[in-house]
Amino acid sequence: MPLIVKDWLADHVEVPADLTAEQLAADLVKVGLEEEAIHGAAVTGPLVVGRVLEMHPEPQKNGKTINWCQVDVGPEHNIEGSRGIVCGAHNFAPGDLVAVALPGTVLPGPFPIAARKTYGHVSDGMICSTAELGLGDDGAHGIIVLPRDMGFAAEDLTPGQDAIALLGLGEEVLEINVTPDRGYAFSYRGVAREYAHSTGAKFTDRGLATGAEPSATPDGFEVLVQDDAPINGVVGCDRFVTRIVRGIDPTAPTPEWMKHRLEGSGMRSISLAVDVTNYVMLDLGQPLHAYDLAKVSAPIVVRRATDGERLTTLDDADRALDTEDLLITDSPKGAGSRVLGLAGVMGGASSEVSDATTDVLVEAAHFDQITVARTARRHKLPSEAAKRFERGVDPLLPPVAAQRVVDLLVELGGGTADAAVSDLDTIAEAGPQKPILLKVTEPTRLSGVEYTPEQVRSTLEEIGATVESSSVAEPVEVLVVTPPTWRPDLTEPADLVEEVVRIQGYDQVPSVLPAALGGRGLTTEQRTRRSVARALAEDGFVETLSYPFVGAAEYDALGLPADDPRRGSLRLLNPMADDKPLLRSNLLVTLLDTVRRNVSRGLSDLAVYEIGLVTLPAADAPAAPSLPGGVRPTDEQLAALAAAVPDQPRRVAGVLTGKRELAGWWGAGRAAGWEDALAAARLVAERAQAEVVVVPDPDRMPWHPGRCARLELTDGTVVGHAGELHPKVVETLGLPARAAAFEVDLSVLVDAASGEPVVATPVSAFPAAKEDFAFVVDGDVPAEAVRSAIVAGAGELLEDVALFDVFTGEQVGEGKKSLAYSLRLRAADRTLSAKEVRAVRDAVVESAATKIGAVLRG
Amino acid sequence: MSTPDEKAPIDPLDEAALDAAVKAALDDIAKAGDLDALKAVRTQHTGDRSSLALANRGIGALPGPDKAKAGKLVGPRRGQINQAIAARQTELEAERDARVLAEEAVDVTLPVQRATVGARHPIELVQERVADFFVGLGWEIADGPEVEAEWFNFDALNFGPDHPARQMQDTFYVAGDGDSESNLVLRTHTSPVQARSLLERGVPLYIACPGKTFRTDALDQTHTPVFHQVEGLAVDKGLTMANLVGTLDAFARAMFGPEAKTRLRPAFFPFTEPSAEMDLWFPQKKGGAGWIEWGGCGMVNPNVLRAAGVDPEEYSGFAFGMGIERTLMLRHSIADMHDIVEGDVRFSTQFGTEI
Repeated sequence: MPLIVKDWLADHVEVPADLTAEQLAADLVKVGLEEEAIHGAAVTGPLVVGRVLEMHPEPQKNGKTINWCQVDVGPEHNIEGSRGIVCGAHNFAPGDLVAVALPGTVLPGPFPIAARKTYGHVSDGMICSTAELGLGDDGAHGIIVLPRDMGFAAEDLTPGQDAIALLGLGEEVLEINVTPDRGYAFSYRGVAREYAHSTGAKFTDRGLATGAEPSATPDGFEVLVQDDAPINGVVGCDRFVTRIVRGIDPTAPTPEWMKHRLEGSGMRSISLAVDVTNYVMLDLGQPLHAYDLAKVSAPIVVRRATDGERLTTLDDADRALDTEDLLITDSPKGAGSRVLGLAGVMGGASSEVSDATTDVLVEAAHFDQITVARTARRHKLPSEAAKRFERGVDPLLPPVAAQRVVDLLVELGGGTADAAVSDLDTIAEAGPQKPILLKVTEPTRLSGVEYTPEQVRSTLEEIGATVESSSVAEPVEVLVVTPPTWRPDLTEPADLVEEVVRIQGYDQVPSVLPAALGGRGLTTEQRTRRSVARALAEDGFVETLSYPFVGAAEYDALGLPADDPRRGSLRLLNPMADDKPLLRSNLLVTLLDTVRRNVSRGLSDLAVYEIGLVTLPAADAPAAPSLPGGVRPTDEQLAALAAAVPDQPRRVAGVLTGKRELAGWWGAGRAAGWEDALAAARLVAERAQAEVVVVPDPDRMPWHPGRCARLELTDGTVVGHAGELHPKVVETLGLPARAAAFEVDLSVLVDAASGEPVVATPVSAFPAAKEDFAFVVDGDVPAEAVRSAIVAGAGELLEDVALFDVFTGEQVGEGKKSLAYSLRLRAADRTLSAKEVRAVRDAVVESAATKIGAVLRG
Repeated sequence: MSTPDEKAPIDPLDEAALDAAVKAALDDIAKAGDLDALKAVRTQHTGDRSSLALANRGIGALPGPDKAKAGKLVGPRRGQINQAIAARQTELEAERDARVLAEEAVDVTLPVQRATVGARHPIELVQERVADFFVGLGWEIADGPEVEAEWFNFDALNFGPDHPARQMQDTFYVAGDGDSESNLVLRTHTSPVQARSLLERGVPLYIACPGKTFRTDALDQTHTPVFHQVEGLAVDKGLTMANLVGTLDAFARAMFGPEAKTRLRPAFFPFTEPSAEMDLWFPQKKGGAGWIEWGGCGMVNPNVLRAAGVDPEEYSGFAFGMGIERTLMLRHSIADMHDIVEGDVRFSTQFGTEI
């Protein structure tokens, strides 16, 4: 993002001499140009102007000759009239004015200067070169002689004078962040305007035509725009100005002041012609290109690429072009036969200016934002030109910017401006710029700040808009606002409102809490989610969150069969990790990773849970339609969008390892097992107020085939699974033995809950009768079947039934088991008689015998 | 133990003998060292075969005038003994109780937690707190899918296909079938819920949406590819930026205490116009109270309203979004994002079930 050199900014707007980078940042952020960074001062300490008084060459044993110098560094710094300094360079002489780093100076590196003994002298400082001061790495310059190399007048320099300010080395440089809507702020012109908005400082717009720009001439370099595939109907180039400067001295250097400004703005100095185009681009915001005129054959043709075309760009990359790329071509073998560059993005190597170039063709054009944006993205070339064009460049700038380039090349390169000028301009053909109709009350309606019509009007004029009153009589005054050409982002009244509020100051907006309508509170689903989360936490589970990214290896570790639908996960095109491109189809797969991390950190008595979405893509889901913004889709289109978005139910999963009840002074504790996982799953269902039944599921990885329960709604809808993990899975994942887990679908549970208020049953105060039974059944009869038989037999007097003992052994016979139940019977309206209790008892025994062949144990 | 001879019953009129029996009884009662001993004393001195019981029985055989006299002599003396026994009984029971309780004392400093202690994840707790604040204002809480149609994530929010901002966001794209594009993404912000809610619920609308969001940032101290935001959206007749500021100020105070306030700076978001970055005045900031970035906000862009079939001439609205992780990190001085995302139980356990 742009770096702001203060003295360059001052070319466009009045800035206080003592403006610090911090203050500049504070001024700019008020109008929306955010500080990205403040880059530190290059040099600190006593770097001063010195006059070389004496210079004694001293040959050394190593063959080198050093100079032992006496330098006048001003009365404040001199010791007995001067300082003695050893210098290895020879490109200066007594009497020269130089930059001296006295002890205490810190040069870029950082390289602190101290007095040191060398070559038999105490060198009390350093006479500096360009490289040492960070003014460029061109070693050829050697020691800087200030009048000779930096263009200062000798009479302006005094020994002892601060050279940091003189050379601009102490400046902190502000880097700002430009939002995508404000391309014009990628220039000193634009930043200066914003600075003026913020501070009221006097701004001079140097981007406006002065009248000195020549019109096109018949002999101008011919340019044709032949765009046969405009994007969204917008021709890729609507303005193309060329100028020619001949007879430039190819050895003419870029002046130090320009280098300093370019480097301060973060741009490398390359050659005069290139530096000048970059300089004018940074200054005004118009990307420019300089061609070696000798290497370009008229006419220039701006066209889309054809299939198979290639270009080697300035960065030496050979690129295959796309038919959507807009190209600058020339015509050595017929019109448009040779590709010169990617329009508005990057030039090609073939027509580059070189150290032999004397005649330069300057291009200043205006390209379509979208064309440039797509090409820059396609070729991963976020060049300086592309950054500006994709955000929008002032279409009136090309002739102004081209004139500036011509002027600088004539002045600094000794060239001559050619009278031939071409200016292909189709902007006018598109008709006059469409104004925005703004009710003068609109800024107040949206901001809540009472602006006067005069404030609205003057603010808009301040940003460069022309404002007229509508001729149509309306109840409210309507302004006809034509935004400035450098603000293509202003297209709607709301955009103008932002300008008014922004320039008047966001701090003017008062704080008023609106009265909402009054809502219905949390939804059932939201309350259930909280209730479940809380219940599990209170039950000793710790909530964790995991990333939803998985790969086939994670599903393999769960032992999922090859055709398991859970493997049919949605795939990301650009995953964080190539081995995890899928979106989880279940929670356990990622929760188990969390468990492994905890176990590996020595935390093995674990109970953790996660609540989150899983993604269940339908096998043949249609792609989502591509629809435009700004228009409400039709109901059919909305239905198509809904159909394309995969089902994403909310799940709850938990894992237990190690001890459920800890070991302690009370005993060995109790290992977590399948029953804890099932209890937690049932707790979730209970909190969701959904009725579930449990059936064994011998075929559900990653669970143990003999220790897995499937939870179902009473209509058979599967809610989830719980139990002990399969020993193979436990082994593969390196979990403690007998780890248990559950996963249930909260969305299914919430949907299943009736949502109707519970109808209360009155509590009976009559005494209860307790009856115990021990039934002997076949070993494979599930306890649930026994319980059901008891419940069916006991009838409506049954209040509670509890299994209190399970027993196998010789007494009950081989292949048999004994289940002991305690029943509590109670009537709502009377004390039960012995006869009634007896009848229930008989019915229970009868039911158990007929339904499951149970025998009452004697 | 002095025992009156049972075989020589006391004459009920023999006052001295009666007194002697009382004294013997009181001595024995006083000497009874525990409840068992007292029980024996009770049998001895008040039982059927005790001197006074026998004397009492003898009264019946006395002639009329003596009967009354003897009754007055024996009755109170028996009462005196019973009272003494009862008093001693109370004393001995108190002693016994004190001893038993002392013996039953335990070391209450022993560890007592037999089950592992559970906890909520603080990211979830912050989201619930945020939701509670907005429900308190009378807003509703909306949810939306994490795998989202590009239209909701971008187009409906005024990010055109070539909008530079659409490129700024590091989006996870979902693969389509074969060569075709799915036009699905992992939502890069909670803002798609704006369009969904406007379409589903219509206006006026006051909703907040906390939830999970995704961007292709590598995990480091301050970034995570999976993170959380809360989105707020109010659309009604006559809503202004002043209402936005008022809502943000109230929200800041709810999350960070009464001194908190907010400040807006001009910014750019495709789905709001005017747009602002929101700074929070944070009294607990390291190195002294100051402004820190908290989120983005603005007035809902008319194109967003149009995409949801709402007339921007009639309705206006504001929207804002801020990071839940950032809020949590600020509130609880969390320096490293790794702690939040790794799922180490020691992290969540610090927070319990309420923050």
